[in-house]
Amino acid sequence: MDETRIQDRSGAGEPGIAELNERPPGHEARIRGGVATPAAHDSGMKHVTGAARYGDDEPELPGTLQVFIAMSARAHAKIARLDLAAARAAPGVAAVLTAEDIPGENDYSPVFGDDPIFPPLQGECAVVQYVGQPLFAVAAETELQARAAAKLAVVDYEDLPAAISIDAALAHADEAGEDLLPAYEMRLGDAASALEAAPLRASGRVEVGGQDHFYLEGQIATAIPMEDGDVFVRSSTQHPSEVQHNVAKMLGVPDHAVTVELRRMGGGFGGKESQPALFAAVAALVAVKTGRPAKCRLDRDDDMEMTGKRHETRIDYDLGFAEDGTILAADFEHCVRCGYSRDLSAAIADRAMFHADNAYDLKAARIHSRRLKTHTVSNTAFRGFGGPQGMVGIERAMDEIAFLTGVDPLDVRKRNFYPAIGEEPAVTPYHMPVTDCVIAEIVEELEASSDYRARCEAVKAFNAGSTIFKKGLALTPVKFGISFTTTHLNQAGALVHVYKDGSVHLNHGGTEMGQGLFVKVAQVVAEEFQIDLGKVKITATTTAKVPNTSATAASSGSDLNGMAALNAARTIKDRLIAFASERYHVPKEQVVFEANRVRIGNDEKRFSDLVGEAYLARISLSSTGFYATPEIDYDREAASGRPFYYFAYGAACSEVVIDTLTGEYRLLRADILHDVGRSLNPAIDMGQIEGGFVQGMGWLTTEELWWDDKGRLKTHAPSTYKIPTSNDRPDDLRIAIWDKGENRAETVYRSKAVGEPPFMLAISVFSALTDAVCAAGNGRAFPRLDAPATPERVLMAVEDVRSQ
Amino acid sequence: MTDTATRPAEPAIRPIRFVLNGAEREVAGVSPTTTLLDYLRGPERLTGTKEGCAEGDCGACTVLLCEHDGAGGLTRRSVNACIQFLPAMNGRAIETIEHIGRNGPTPLQTAMVENHASQCGFCTPGFVMQLHAGWLTGALTDRQSVKDAIAGNLCRCTGYGPIIEAGLEIADEPVPDTGAEDAALSARLAQLEGEGVFSYASDGHRWFSPTSVDELADTYAAHPDAVLVAGATDIGLWVTKQYRELPLLIDISHVRDLKVIEEAAGRVYFGAAITHREAREVLAGIHPDLGEMLRRFAGTQIRNAGTLGGNIANGSPIGDLPPCLIALGGRIFLRKGDDLRIVALEDFFIEYGKQDRAMGEFVAAIEVPRLADNQRFFAHKISKRFDSDISAVMAAFCLTFEASGEDVIVAEARLAFGGMAGVPKRAKAAEAKLVGRPFDADAAADAMAAMAEDFSPLTDMRASSEYRLKTAQNLLKRFQLELAGEASGRIAGMGPETLDMAPIGGAS
Repeated sequence: MDETRIQDRSGAGEPGIAELNERPPGHEARIRGGVATPAAHDSGMKHVTGAARYGDDEPELPGTLQVFIAMSARAHAKIARLDLAAARAAPGVAAVLTAEDIPGENDYSPVFGDDPIFPPLQGECAVVQYVGQPLFAVAAETELQARAAAKLAVVDYEDLPAAISIDAALAHADEAGEDLLPAYEMRLGDAASALEAAPLRASGRVEVGGQDHFYLEGQIATAIPMEDGDVFVRSSTQHPSEVQHNVAKMLGVPDHAVTVELRRMGGGFGGKESQPALFAAVAALVAVKTGRPAKCRLDRDDDMEMTGKRHETRIDYDLGFAEDGTILAADFEHCVRCGYSRDLSAAIADRAMFHADNAYDLKAARIHSRRLKTHTVSNTAFRGFGGPQGMVGIERAMDEIAFLTGVDPLDVRKRNFYPAIGEEPAVTPYHMPVTDCVIAEIVEELEASSDYRARCEAVKAFNAGSTIFKKGLALTPVKFGISFTTTHLNQAGALVHVYKDGSVHLNHGGTEMGQGLFVKVAQVVAEEFQIDLGKVKITATTTAKVPNTSATAASSGSDLNGMAALNAARTIKDRLIAFASERYHVPKEQVVFEANRVRIGNDEKRFSDLVGEAYLARISLSSTGFYATPEIDYDREAASGRPFYYFAYGAACSEVVIDTLTGEYRLLRADILHDVGRSLNPAIDMGQIEGGFVQGMGWLTTEELWWDDKGRLKTHAPSTYKIPTSNDRPDDLRIAIWDKGENRAETVYRSKAVGEPPFMLAISVFSALTDAVCAAGNGRAFPRLDAPATPERVLMAVEDVRSQ
Repeated sequence: MTDTATRPAEPAIRPIRFVLNGAEREVAGVSPTTTLLDYLRGPERLTGTKEGCAEGDCGACTVLLCEHDGAGGLTRRSVNACIQFLPAMNGRAIETIEHIGRNGPTPLQTAMVENHASQCGFCTPGFVMQLHAGWLTGALTDRQSVKDAIAGNLCRCTGYGPIIEAGLEIADEPVPDTGAEDAALSARLAQLEGEGVFSYASDGHRWFSPTSVDELADTYAAHPDAVLVAGATDIGLWVTKQYRELPLLIDISHVRDLKVIEEAAGRVYFGAAITHREAREVLAGIHPDLGEMLRRFAGTQIRNAGTLGGNIANGSPIGDLPPCLIALGGRIFLRKGDDLRIVALEDFFIEYGKQDRAMGEFVAAIEVPRLADNQRFFAHKISKRFDSDISAVMAAFCLTFEASGEDVIVAEARLAFGGMAGVPKRAKAAEAKLVGRPFDADAAADAMAAMAEDFSPLTDMRASSEYRLKTAQNLLKRFQLELAGEASGRIAGMGPETLDMAPIGGAS
């Protein structure tokens, strides 16, 4: 065995799940699995034994039809003719459905009403707008029959001009005089004058590619027709309420006629926020039209061709700064590739702008964003929701300022951080004072623990002695805003039942996609009742128990649902306290919940005994809970206000080596220090940090989306689309949760959101690659390296700096 | 036409007989191209095995395949159930995630939970099966071996660290002695496999699994329009990705005399059905670059199934093995009926999609000469991702040197490439620039320039034409620098120790 550092992930001393379920209550000091303990994922044992069920694992009801969605072969074309007679007559086919079969609205979009389930077949709207766009559905006894039948359809297209790239999209938009969504701008001070006045300027462009979610479980929905024309849908979705609403809207029935349920997803990452409504709608349509259960399961290729991805973004930056690297003004121009429809692109492009400053006080800024239409799949939410793209822009600019001033890049960064807590706060380009900034402290610690200065020298020495291999090192910060920037989404509900045996049933509006939300919320409830975690039953998300939920997104899952569940539990607890106080004639404050027992004056009872007594006394043991994030208020019109309740912070230091003959590279070591506030579950949080970092690294390195000139995505399976493997993770990966972390905002147990922020720690890898390429040119020229920095892009950047 | 009178009678059609999780199965009435995964998840309702990609690139469907070796022994290997055809399971045993923890969680499963090695959990059964297989076969020896073992399994949530830790934790756990059970299973499988050619049919689609090379020759002669399938790592995708109808298949993976490696007179002979995993050690013994190439060749499950013969006979311009073997001067043995002929591998590839293989003719063996003392070899694969990726460029060079006066000059140059043309191809113009002179920087530069005459590679999603040509040229430069002692080390193998190593890469 080698002696590489091994993280202690064991949660030493903590009980396993089985033990938690079996332990009798005693007089222990603490409950098992409470808040801040590294409890294992509630489904861990089920995952490793294959017992955890996903959408395609539930037994099919008899007569279930398999649905295949036929796709457009053209990027932009008028549908001149669609002849489905042969498909309808094919063996095993129960139904072939088009737009004309939709009883309600032909739309599955989250906001704007511009995502047809199937294209209309008549009139001006009878067009397809991307290769892979759903055309019609075939429902058959088997998936193979459905596919075979779909091939018999005759489609005549009349091609229309298509924009596949950002450049083409810009040309189209300028010609039409209209972007897909109106441009948006944030302004702080007079950036133009400040730029003019600045002694030094850095300007350039960085192109940042998109990213496929590559959740291991593809999109799937099963719909079961019920009485009254109702439909029960099992959907792999981060947003059951939206799936419910879109299915109801499509059927032309009230929301109450549709129930959407799921226990877990096999990964989501934003790809199951707005996308699943399409597959649920198609399954529901088949179910209603045929009276039979219907399953719509995409294979990997269809999934990757049909569903949206991270937004490719072009960033032009122009920064003015002083000789010491202090930023005086900044101007950013974002060109965001949205795909054919609006989907969530407005909010995503906004979030890219909200993070154009990252952790830096820009003093004066103009951030302008154009949202462009391409005839490719409509891009959608992906971990970070535009934030990562915005952040890459400023981090690239930081590297260039360092290059131009000769100041160490880390010193340039440190010089520009937002003022720390206690200092006079600075405001962001959207006029929000940053009052919780801890980035300087985190970076200071990481600089020391990663031995940054000495390693800078070592890298320089290495590079001086090596022509073929060059190393690069970079330490970059992350400041990420927490809250949905669409303020009304910041609400959540929960439903808690306490059964008369003292066991607890927990439900809330959040969904489990692997991030450990369910166990965290259960820990909160266990802590509130002071019962072992094993006493809390985690149950499937369903629109029938908690209505009108927001997507499990924006890292908000535990902040919102944890608080809602806490409120539900507190309501029941308050009733128990009132009951015990009255029954045993003690003041309320003398009814205290301790580990698995309740102290009532000088007496003690098991939690379950008190619950049993309360039941007999006809006390309600069920409650909903609700939470709405306080204090946030953003005026989008004015581009001003407080969109975020708080910020999450972190930093990473990465060292890479590149091969200047081939462009191949390796991440050799990464050090991460990340702020999760007071962690609800350090084991789960560590998993989010490491997983986010590696996923971010994939985005910026090997994950390349490649369309041909006809608009066909040629990277639509793992054979061609390359996410990181075990060998891409550096052996020397040192991750620590910042032990001084504490949320200044009043979140659940002062924790901080952790789902998205660590993703952007991977920008350190991209910066380190840029540093290495710069070294390959002996520091003569600043590299124009775009993302993903594939070996090809690295080699071409090396050639470029060497030719200058 | 063949004279039917002299041909053996068509073998009788039999059901597919195998062992699933310890219980015997007899299956008929399903299409021969039904995948093992669809069978497990469908009729068997064993849903712990997942479909992530249906092309053998993600590992979520990993199961254990057990085979009797014809001599009372039993071997186990992990394979991707998504691209294995069910009839190939005849006479074999399959173990799934539901089986391995049947008596309670294994040490691995416990270690996975304790290390928080699952998040969404969808990929997890595949990782468990893959690490379990690695543990049983003794493949987990250190951190690198654990990472290599799971490089064909994709996880999108964890970043892999906790999975690697779990694998390391069980590496030293003693493997339970299952000798007696395995012997019994081996005997049972031999019995289930049956005698002679296994023949299966459903819906007019036919499948044959001969067990000897003569049976194969006869079967193929009788059905020259059949598609040959070995590990199904390519042909499996014809079904799962292209939805092609394959009405007639001959499975060569049960042909025991195609699964031998022999050596004579400095030449190694690989039976065509030798898997990449089985060949790796021998090829690495010819040159370490070949071992490294095979380490990065697909994932473990694919290397456990895919064969050398398949990697050649499918005629792909981007197979990793053919350029290496062409550079070494490899030859292949082609058999048709009772006729055998030998072809230099480079001549086998005629043009894209066309090989020098007649109807009913099959690759029986591959001959690979060992390097002579006066030969130097180099192979390197360029891909977007190091592991489990298809090459953008596969370069393999073999130079033969001789003394000429005071100089050592190149007597013969063989520079072979994949990814540069419609077939694996030698760079003849570049080679010509090297022959008859010392292999120095000038010679390399001349040859590099000449490569532009040899190739006009295409641009696709893996690489641009420009990048392909540039790296092809630069790899020759690297070979020259390495032989001159001015460069060493390949970046693919670089880990944290690189941080401390002395500067490498030669003087400025």
